[in-house]
Amino acid sequence: MNYDRILIRYGEISLKGRNRNKFIDKLRKNVRLALSSFPNIKIEASRDRMYVLLNGENGLEIIEKLKHIFGIQSFSPAIKVERELEEIKNASLELVRSLFKQGKTFKVTAKRSDKTFELNTDELNHAIGGHLLKNIAGLRVDVKNPDINLQVEVRKEAVYLSCEIIPGAGGLPLGTSGKAMLMLSGGIDSPVAGYLAMRRGLEIEAVHFFSPPFTSERAKEKVIDLSKKLAEISGCVIKLHIVPFTDVQQAIREQVPENYSMTSTRRMMLRITDEIRKKQDGLAIVTGESLGQVASQTLESMYAINEVTNTPILRPLISMDKTDIIKIADKINTLDISNRPYEDCCTIFVPSSPKTKPRRDKVNQFESYFDFEPLIQEAVQEVETLTIRPDRDIRQEINDLF
Amino acid sequence: MIYFDNSATTKPYKEVLDSFITVSSKFFGNPSSLHSFGGQAEKLLTQAREQTAKLLGVKMSEIYFTSGGTESNNLAIKGAALRNRNKGKHLITSSIEHPSVAKAMEQLEQEGFEITYISVDDTGRVSVDEIERAIRKDTILISIMHVNNEIGTIQPIEEIGQLLIAYPDILFHVDAVQGIGKVPLSFKNNRIDLCSISSHKFHGLKGTGALYIREGVKIDPLFSGGNQERTLRSGTENVAGAVAMAKALRLTMENGKEGIEQLRKIQTLLRDGLNKIEGLKIHTPIQYSAPHILNFSLKGIKSEVFIHALEQEDIFVSTTSACSSKKKSPSKTLLALGVAEELAESAIRISLSFENTEEEARTVIQVIEKTVNQLGKVMKR
Repeated sequence: MNYDRILIRYGEISLKGRNRNKFIDKLRKNVRLALSSFPNIKIEASRDRMYVLLNGENGLEIIEKLKHIFGIQSFSPAIKVERELEEIKNASLELVRSLFKQGKTFKVTAKRSDKTFELNTDELNHAIGGHLLKNIAGLRVDVKNPDINLQVEVRKEAVYLSCEIIPGAGGLPLGTSGKAMLMLSGGIDSPVAGYLAMRRGLEIEAVHFFSPPFTSERAKEKVIDLSKKLAEISGCVIKLHIVPFTDVQQAIREQVPENYSMTSTRRMMLRITDEIRKKQDGLAIVTGESLGQVASQTLESMYAINEVTNTPILRPLISMDKTDIIKIADKINTLDISNRPYEDCCTIFVPSSPKTKPRRDKVNQFESYFDFEPLIQEAVQEVETLTIRPDRDIRQEINDLF
Repeated sequence: MIYFDNSATTKPYKEVLDSFITVSSKFFGNPSSLHSFGGQAEKLLTQAREQTAKLLGVKMSEIYFTSGGTESNNLAIKGAALRNRNKGKHLITSSIEHPSVAKAMEQLEQEGFEITYISVDDTGRVSVDEIERAIRKDTILISIMHVNNEIGTIQPIEEIGQLLIAYPDILFHVDAVQGIGKVPLSFKNNRIDLCSISSHKFHGLKGTGALYIREGVKIDPLFSGGNQERTLRSGTENVAGAVAMAKALRLTMENGKEGIEQLRKIQTLLRDGLNKIEGLKIHTPIQYSAPHILNFSLKGIKSEVFIHALEQEDIFVSTTSACSSKKKSPSKTLLALGVAEELAESAIRISLSFENTEEEARTVIQVIEKTVNQLGKVMKR
């Protein structure tokens, strides 16, 4: 049996009041974008449901894409039938038959959002269930734990049949919460932080600190690949700002005592990120910090580092354990990339014993002997901005090889 | 020329060769080198792995590149046996496996492992019940091929996978070398732990293949060295070969359903045509058989003689499997099916690819008819 549409249920959007349409509109655009490689589909959005009409496009591939779109609570491949009992019965039979294997159990869950339909839910369940039992030998009913749960939704315009509820990614439609800069190192945490931020509707631009020749071209490749994954997840273009950081890092090494160099480095990174944020009209900075994970993520460190800006710093991982972060990284396929063994901006110049309880007055004092501002401005000036597209945009030559 | 020996090897696609040459000449760096030139090679390897994984419906981290089917089978079986020898020393396989499985098993037998060989019925299928009966407390691995290379029988991989859900400690290896692209097989849904593929069977190049190792499954390496392929397969990676394989796999998979239907059409045409020839017996079963292999015997005509006779007409077929045809003994597989020795000695295998046509099949039938008439007169005396 071929499904002809996919029914999409909204998540939290349905709690929204007057601006609900804005959210639905954005979701519709995101769905359209993610499914742009399927030219024949049609999207219909109403106040509480969205339908993707397949028009012959590959349903399985579309389902895979939909799983990653934020703002979708769940979705179901469905068939639309006329509001005629006979038609409902026949389509139900065809659908269940296509899924049936000897020994499988089923139940019918009818729902009427339009109560004017001639049969009530019980009568519907009964009529359809009876028809199925009569026509499929070996099919049994199990209302508690069915293998096939046939859902019949009676709406004003038609009746929709589906057998499967596929959980969506949840969250809010991408872009409905504004824009933030994500500090992306190449490690395991920051891409996960970016993912969680996007899941709440934030549009992300990534900022990466690149210190050649101390960090290699491959460390940069790694961050590009991570951004690409985030772009694939979101289905949207992601901007990646690559900051030349060698000069600043060397200045810190010369000016600041070793045990405070890490604190100072983070402060400079934050200052530069904040400058880029201003230019790009973002309203927040997202980091992958998790409380107490490493020396720079103790409360004292955060207090000392955070001093350089009053822009909101969002830390989606703040209360998460490493094992849970790794689980998400694995799920969103960034773990393998993050695990590639190249030095990045956080792992070079690591002092042997960084301060876990740095003090604001101390770090300010150390930094006061040198004017970092020109170096910071220079770094911001020289930022290289890449536009990372969800479809792999590697040079055509390389693509032709595959 | 009519090439009907595609289970021995296939002709590399031109695009595949082009990729191989480009990568070999332009991106010849060692993926392990730190400089960006090495990085480029590594990137190509990663992309090849990603594409291969995607086409097979598995994760990128589950694909390990090898030198081909033989190495993949050896790595899977010996690697799994060595890794798990403290858990048990019993392995199960079928009596009609490819030599790279059968001989690996024999070698393990000499090392103190115990092997149970599952028999096949007259169509070449193993019985799932027999496998279940053979399972013991100390069974650590079951290795069953997907499509038999000599007669094309498809084994009940799905059912065996179902059975093994109840035995989570037993590893399940599938030799999928002959089936890839021609008989769809989901690695993910059939509880397969290890699966071997070989590039030159689907228009890639010889010397390249892959082993799928399900996430979480641990085996020992066979090669010691530079720890490439996440320590499981040391040796500088064959980047060009891997890229070529990824491309060959894509082109093969793109043929998809229509390609398979076409193969089936040609096979049916051959079957119907050959069935009319007196004294010709087809060994390939109708049910549970791959669409690209047809094995038959011509009573009283030695296979070798027949092959050379067809060769004169520019038609290339095989005795049984290319890997065992140099030995003079009759096919073990056919004997296991219960085919009489005399008949097994005259077995011929036709094997097709997406590049073959119905026209070619018609020509081959005519030539075989003619050859049988001529040879028949001589041989029967």
